[in-house]
Amino acid sequence: MPALAVCAHTATSALGRGLDAHAAALARMRGGLAANDFSQQPLACFIGRVAGLEDEALGDAWADWDCRNNRLAWLGLQQDGFAAAVEAAATAHGRARVAVLMGTSTGSIGATEEAYRRLDGARLPADLRRPALHSLHSLAGFVAAALDLHGPCLTVSTACSSSAKVFAMAERMIRLGLVDAAVVGGVDTLCESVLFGFNALELVSPEPCRPFDAARRGISIGEAAGFALLERVGRAPAAPRLVGYGESSDAHHMSTPHPQGLGAALALHDALARAGVHADAVDYVNLHGTATPANDSVEAAWLARHLPARTRASSTKGYTGHTLGAAGAIEAAMTLLAIERGLVPGNLGCDAPETACAAQLALASEARRVDVALSNSFGFGGNNACLAFARAGATA
Amino acid sequence: MNGKPVTALNVWVEGIGAWAPGIPDWAHLRALLRDQAAGPDAGAPARPTPAALPPGERRRAPVGVLIAIEAAAQAVAMSGRDAATLPCIFASAHGDAGIMDYMCATLAQTPREMSPTRFHNSVHNAAAGYWTIAAACHAASTAVSARAESFGASLLEAAVQVAAEGQAVLLVASDVPGAGPLGEMIDSTEPFGCALVLAPAASAATVARLDLFLHSASGATAARHPHAQALAATNLSARGLPLLEALAAAGTATLDLPASPTLGLTIHTEVNP
Repeated sequence: MPALAVCAHTATSALGRGLDAHAAALARMRGGLAANDFSQQPLACFIGRVAGLEDEALGDAWADWDCRNNRLAWLGLQQDGFAAAVEAAATAHGRARVAVLMGTSTGSIGATEEAYRRLDGARLPADLRRPALHSLHSLAGFVAAALDLHGPCLTVSTACSSSAKVFAMAERMIRLGLVDAAVVGGVDTLCESVLFGFNALELVSPEPCRPFDAARRGISIGEAAGFALLERVGRAPAAPRLVGYGESSDAHHMSTPHPQGLGAALALHDALARAGVHADAVDYVNLHGTATPANDSVEAAWLARHLPARTRASSTKGYTGHTLGAAGAIEAAMTLLAIERGLVPGNLGCDAPETACAAQLALASEARRVDVALSNSFGFGGNNACLAFARAGATA
Repeated sequence: MNGKPVTALNVWVEGIGAWAPGIPDWAHLRALLRDQAAGPDAGAPARPTPAALPPGERRRAPVGVLIAIEAAAQAVAMSGRDAATLPCIFASAHGDAGIMDYMCATLAQTPREMSPTRFHNSVHNAAAGYWTIAAACHAASTAVSARAESFGASLLEAAVQVAAEGQAVLLVASDVPGAGPLGEMIDSTEPFGCALVLAPAASAATVARLDLFLHSASGATAARHPHAQALAATNLSARGLPLLEALAAAGTATLDLPASPTLGLTIHTEVNP
């Protein structure tokens, strides 16, 4: 496929605000997980919380959209000159020629939860009777309004693959000529639903998550905002590129992955085919690596089976937690950092790696040139995405 | 080098599915839409029981999933294609708002009593998951929303996938009523679902051709049939009914559907004789 330039990108999470904060944390292997102090009732686990959101109300112009998720979206858009880069693209192409494609699993459900805690009789409290908030589309609707973009606008909510799939959607729209640029990304925020929901599924670790460790005990939940601006390569010839993607379904079970990683293999195959590269060319893969027993054993086998011994690999969920609907976007950002800054993030939280992938798993961060990198996002219901990124000129 | 702006997409409809109370399938909806005096069948089952799901899932799945899968199965059957080969898009303005009410009420009182099954059924891609499992479909699947403009935005995404990849795609749009205090916020008070199989070229299975034109938003064509108007007023996915009306009729038609607050679609339809 014709590659797309990632003209701008940004990430905000428990590691801090913006790419420099993330690169520093990854280089020093300093994670952002802390004991859960978020939920209304106690739940002993670790979370990746973005500091300061409580103090960052949206301004008067956006008061109707105000909620934790949109605050984090706004905060994320202000980092790394991202909003300014989008404005330049909108000016260059026309506001209707820029798409807004967002992934989220929480949307603003935290606002709905809050409303149920202080009901006005049988109704939501008056200050939260805002229909736009009580929808997953709240995020995309807010981002389109805040950036004043008038092109196609859609929310993807496929659990953990949501904000990876939006990269693929953007590529198709740009390739067809429907738009000239796309703002893609994802924002998910801490809320009672995900904390107690995943707890009910017995998938939450009582300790900071340990991706690929033999003694791993489940996920740590995090919140994050990640965004990327995609345009044709002529707009930014030296920028890193989206060179491929693959999407597939496991068709196996709602909450456990295909035991032979069938869907993950299909997604990889498609991503490499679109990129026109062989598996041997992959320098780094950012693994989905949630630290559930099932995901990590299947993914370790996938890594060993499909990628060569020279490929370095890590999960970064030990730093940020599993940011669910935002995971695709912020892990794309960290994969791009690997290319831009020659940094393979170490797989924080792992001391005794799964045997299958031990040779390829980077337990410590490495200074290493990365030309071609992949990012995996495998969602609930067996919804898989694999993104391929490359340094400008590294692939045909 | 800038691409030449493209503002039109063409797709060929090969299959249509539908379900609403008293309207168990597309044949019933089509007959109703062609007769201004016709109404829903009062004796029809209150919820669908799609054969596409195994019996256990049919019993346990939420009604929103049943409606989506029923419509999907009808459309795929009509197209003659193998469900396992079709990338699929499941669109819903609000997903399962009934489960959201349950979750928020439970979280406000006794969060540790959250049902794990209801939680995993609350994800927006629950129907997509159930469908791909039942159909043994390994192709790409997605679940989308654009709230009030979900139908138009998801139709656009489906057309993009068809045109970009040169392959047929299954599109499903469904919504269910909410419950409790959240119900007031979600604009759907009756259930409805519909589905289309869209293909990149004409074939022996073609039912109609759709030409989609993108432009700045310009309002929405209203449904003509009184019952279609009632459905569209009580369900956000039913805002696609003007398109289904055009597909139920003979000949050609033109209608407008919003794809976002700032983007509109004009759809020119040509139904095969």
